[in-house]
Amino acid sequence: MKRFAPLMALLVLVLSACGREDLSALNPQGPVAQEQLDLMKISILIMSIVVVVVFAISIFVLIRFRRRKGDNKIPKQVEGSHKLEVIWTLIPIILLVVLAIPTLKTVFSLSKDYSEDPNALQVIVTAHQYWWEFEYPELGIKTAQELVVPTDKVISIQAKTEDVLHSFWIPSLAGKIDTNPDGNVNKMYFEAPNAGVYQGKCAELCGPSHGLMDFKVKAVEPSSFERWQIAMTDTAELPSDPELAKTFESQCLTCHAVGEYGGSTFPNLTGIASRESVAGILINVEEGEKEYKHEDTVYNNLYKWIKDPEAVKPGNHMSGQYTLTDDEVAGIAEYLSTLTLDFE
Amino acid sequence: MAHAHTVKRHTGIMDWLTTVDHKKIGILYMLAGGIFFLVGGLEAILIRLQLMYPQSEVVSAQTYNELITMHGTTMIFLAAMPMLFGFMNAVIPLQIGARDVAYPFVNALGFWTFFFGGLLLNISFFVGTVPDAGWTMYAPLSGTTHTEHFGTDYYVIGLQIAGIGTLIGGINFLVTIINMRAPGMTFMRMPMFTWATFITSALILFAFPALTVGLAALMFDRLFNGNFFDPSAGGNVVLWEHIFWIFGHPEVYILILPAFGIISEVVSTFSRKRLFGYSSMVFATILIGFLGFMVWAHHMFTTGLGPIANALFSVATMLIAVPTGIKIFNWLFTLWGGSIKFTVANLFAIGFIPTFVMGGVTGVMLSVAPADYQYHDSYFVVAHFHYVIVGGLIMGIFAGLHYWWPKMFGRMLSEKLGLWTFWTFYIGFHLTFFVQHFLGLLGMPRRIWQYLDGMGLNELNFISTIGALLMGVGTILLVINIIITNSKPKTASNDPWEDGRTLEWTIPSPAPEYNFAQTPLVRAYDAWWEEKMEGNTKMTPVEPIGPIHMPSPSILPFFMGLGLFIAGFGFMYAREFGTVSLVIGIAGLAITFICMGLRSWIDDHGFHIEEEEILKDQGVKA
Repeated sequence: MKRFAPLMALLVLVLSACGREDLSALNPQGPVAQEQLDLMKISILIMSIVVVVVFAISIFVLIRFRRRKGDNKIPKQVEGSHKLEVIWTLIPIILLVVLAIPTLKTVFSLSKDYSEDPNALQVIVTAHQYWWEFEYPELGIKTAQELVVPTDKVISIQAKTEDVLHSFWIPSLAGKIDTNPDGNVNKMYFEAPNAGVYQGKCAELCGPSHGLMDFKVKAVEPSSFERWQIAMTDTAELPSDPELAKTFESQCLTCHAVGEYGGSTFPNLTGIASRESVAGILINVEEGEKEYKHEDTVYNNLYKWIKDPEAVKPGNHMSGQYTLTDDEVAGIAEYLSTLTLDFE
Repeated sequence: MAHAHTVKRHTGIMDWLTTVDHKKIGILYMLAGGIFFLVGGLEAILIRLQLMYPQSEVVSAQTYNELITMHGTTMIFLAAMPMLFGFMNAVIPLQIGARDVAYPFVNALGFWTFFFGGLLLNISFFVGTVPDAGWTMYAPLSGTTHTEHFGTDYYVIGLQIAGIGTLIGGINFLVTIINMRAPGMTFMRMPMFTWATFITSALILFAFPALTVGLAALMFDRLFNGNFFDPSAGGNVVLWEHIFWIFGHPEVYILILPAFGIISEVVSTFSRKRLFGYSSMVFATILIGFLGFMVWAHHMFTTGLGPIANALFSVATMLIAVPTGIKIFNWLFTLWGGSIKFTVANLFAIGFIPTFVMGGVTGVMLSVAPADYQYHDSYFVVAHFHYVIVGGLIMGIFAGLHYWWPKMFGRMLSEKLGLWTFWTFYIGFHLTFFVQHFLGLLGMPRRIWQYLDGMGLNELNFISTIGALLMGVGTILLVINIIITNSKPKTASNDPWEDGRTLEWTIPSPAPEYNFAQTPLVRAYDAWWEEKMEGNTKMTPVEPIGPIHMPSPSILPFFMGLGLFIAGFGFMYAREFGTVSLVIGIAGLAITFICMGLRSWIDDHGFHIEEEEILKDQGVKA
């Protein structure tokens, strides 16, 4: 069993690291993920007992009872042992009861329905190939790719999909819930008491860009959240260049919305330049801070995306839906990169 | 002689196409399953190469989805199951002292439908429209709205045809084991592999119809504009999940129970000890089979079934750990006090035990529904099911391959090369999948084409890919071993391991066409071992040597499979090519039905292997 030694060392290493605060289920940043991690710990603990016992017996048996050279004896043929059978039936049952009790408790506590709770923030999550729509029905706000929430409230999620199955997952805040079509709405809740940006993932195969269907959860102080609401409902400005404004209206606003303008079938662009990312996957950083392939300035990301969405997210529904010259792409990217919201 | 029916006994390729001999069908299953295993393995290597580095583009996003879909489908339906059927065919009649399976013709038909179904599925690669919605084919992604190309059709029709083979194979083994055991072999004297096959066949009988229905419904959706799973027309996508997993979970046990059986045989043989707690092993196997039908919704904890369903399925799933634990400890105590010989077969079997336990404990962890909200569809799940399927099932198959190879082919696989296979494969396996538990917990969803750089996932993914390559090396070594061994003379004795316990080790390696010149009398569990312990060199026969009635070979099963294959293509492409395609489809079905007619109308009395031939085989002058 020496072969497990490096793996075990690795295990210790990884467990001590526990991964990124904004991504790892082992590094929970909210009570729901914490509760889930606690359950994992109980189950890992109980299961470790099983593993240790089995490994110990295995190692002992393999060393003690190996056939030595020239050894030709016939071992005693044992039929079995009632006592042992009872032991290894009962002990696992006891272990499982110990595990089942907190499991059942948590199944029911996590299924608590906050959708009628006036103190909770209601959010309707609608998944699309390959983007996330977040609607705040009480606030009259619709946004995309970035779920802004206050740190002081329970966030009550009602999740559904417009097309295929997806799954809504924020590993460091809460486990996932599938998004089903056709009025089959799933409910869940989470809290994000620490301000910060958390990574969200799609966890159900939904097409070629499934792995790229990221979103962000931005938890902000209650006062910032107030200001975000106001900024989101503020009047928006179209591009100042009338030519560009016309192009923008005819090519973009048929599907997208900016403030009170435009359609709502595809991601709402209000305040897009204040988001952490473009298209959920191109991370916005300051000039000169680009470290990875998927990072760039807001403008560059917007340009890259509008220029050739297919290269960023294969199979997305934006590719080929519009015709823009390079200048127009640059103009629109320029315009969009000015759509910031001041709320933090 | 009075037996006037002469039947042409084919040679060469015609022999293989027409054979109804369970031993040859077993080899066919092994060969076809083995080739599909290599194909699925190649797909796995490509997947791991794509994930070796962050944001790499070794394959495109579309190709990646095709690879994961075909890898899963191929490994489960076209590699693992056929290889298990290979063992069942090669071993079960020998273990129960029978001369063939109950329905030799149906047995051949089962192989050919599986083969043509698998062929149809894989032809999709050459046509360029490959299934890409995951091996679970969740609607609505798999429906015509979201998958316009023919990928899903290849999956639906290929699996439907292959599924016929599995279902009739399962029925065949149920009937064989119930009816054809040698005198004295009561149920509670059956070898453990026979028991496992028996329970597995029962699971197939109940689980595969669910798949058949699901596939038929999806086929209607796709070919004839049905609306079973189309939400816009009132269909229900959660229904597909239920149907798929009502089949899919028992399927997991269909796969693992025969592996349990193989491990039981190998461990007991090479520790020279009777299987510890045989009757509780049998009971545990039955219980696992039964509980296997009660837990399907644990694949759907995040579907939104509600707390009551999740609670029930959590507890039901945990229960499976009890009989599984019984089996693990029984194996350990079979080894305890034994005289353990570390042959390659036994190394795989012994390596299986701790590996399977690791897969088992993550299984219990996954049964904790609220924690599963985190694990579900993450790499944790990928790690878990590869631990049970590769670390369990494939290790079992490799153990069985080395163990029964001499009985199937009359030659021993090289132990030296086998050792290399074991260590590369075993270490490679743990390297590949152990780290994936952590990838999942660190926030990596499964089935993703790319992961972003700088997320702390790079190192573990790299290690995982290295491990996968090492597993590839192990598999190649096994193939080399098989090729080298194949060129050696057939020198294996009846009981080449010398510690054989069951009936298959009482007859020549490879077994003659009629298996047992004289049907043996079974006087105890571990029938051959008991005789050896009493100083006997052969089983007590229950009949004198005489002519043996054999089923005649037939080409019809091949054509029945071929007919379905043609029909599948025809109906599939009717959407694009209209009437011509439909006519081809109907012609294909006609071939199958005409063959069925021929089988029904033409009397087939079989033939006899005469006494002289049997005596000649035994080296006695007639």
